[in-house]
Amino acid sequence: MATKLPPRSPDVQVYRPQLTSVLSIIHRATGVWLSLGAIVLVIWLASVAAGDGAYTLVRASLHSWIGGAFLLSWTFALYYHFCNGIRHLAWDLNYGFELVSIYRSGWLVVAASVCLTAVTWVIALLITG
Amino acid sequence: MSEWNRSDPIKRDVAGGKATALHRAKGLGSAKSGVNHWWLQRVSAVALVPLFVWFVTALLVHAGSARTAADWLAQPWVALPMILLLIALFQHMRLGLQVIIEDYVHVDRLKFALVVTVHGACYSLMVVGIFSVLMITF
Repeated sequence: MATKLPPRSPDVQVYRPQLTSVLSIIHRATGVWLSLGAIVLVIWLASVAAGDGAYTLVRASLHSWIGGAFLLSWTFALYYHFCNGIRHLAWDLNYGFELVSIYRSGWLVVAASVCLTAVTWVIALLITG
Repeated sequence: MSEWNRSDPIKRDVAGGKATALHRAKGLGSAKSGVNHWWLQRVSAVALVPLFVWFVTALLVHAGSARTAADWLAQPWVALPMILLLIALFQHMRLGLQVIIEDYVHVDRLKFALVVTVHGACYSLMVVGIFSVLMITF
């Protein structure tokens, strides 16, 4: 007789998303996304070293609207990974490991990364005009 | 102190008598590498905190100046932190991507190939980046 096995916990399809688990997976996702940004940083450095032709091409790509969209997403990813990374380091030192603190610091990370991204881009756009 | 991290929850005698959880984990594990991976991930993270703050500040200062990217990078106060950033960044990236691969890839050969590729790519990118900064500087 065929019996349907009950879902095993934790089953991501039936699990209600919580702030804690969502922030955790975003930390990984931003880490992977920043790896792509790290490759672009090296391409940019190499193009500066290579000289005018290569640098003009890389600069034009980064100044296009799609390049700008990538830079904006990396700015947010960087601030998020930075803030949440500090949260992780605090946990490693055994600070803020109670459930209330975990939720409070979680929302703080979200707010801080959004605000810092906005402030950075406003400053950058004001400077470059 | 919370329950999970209290010192010596399991009574297990090691050389030296009183041991913390970290002390017990050092040099142990199936690969005998203990907590090296975990520890280097934290050390590179801590190193990246001031380097990241420098990176964002220096880029904004550069954006407001008239000098070229090459002139900017040739300055010692830009070239040196940039090299340190490349070292910490690619160590951190290598270890982080390795953990993600180990968590989600369950075919041994593929996992091995991906981890080796990630390590090779990260060290290659680090070297290309450092070499570029040195080329610009000298």
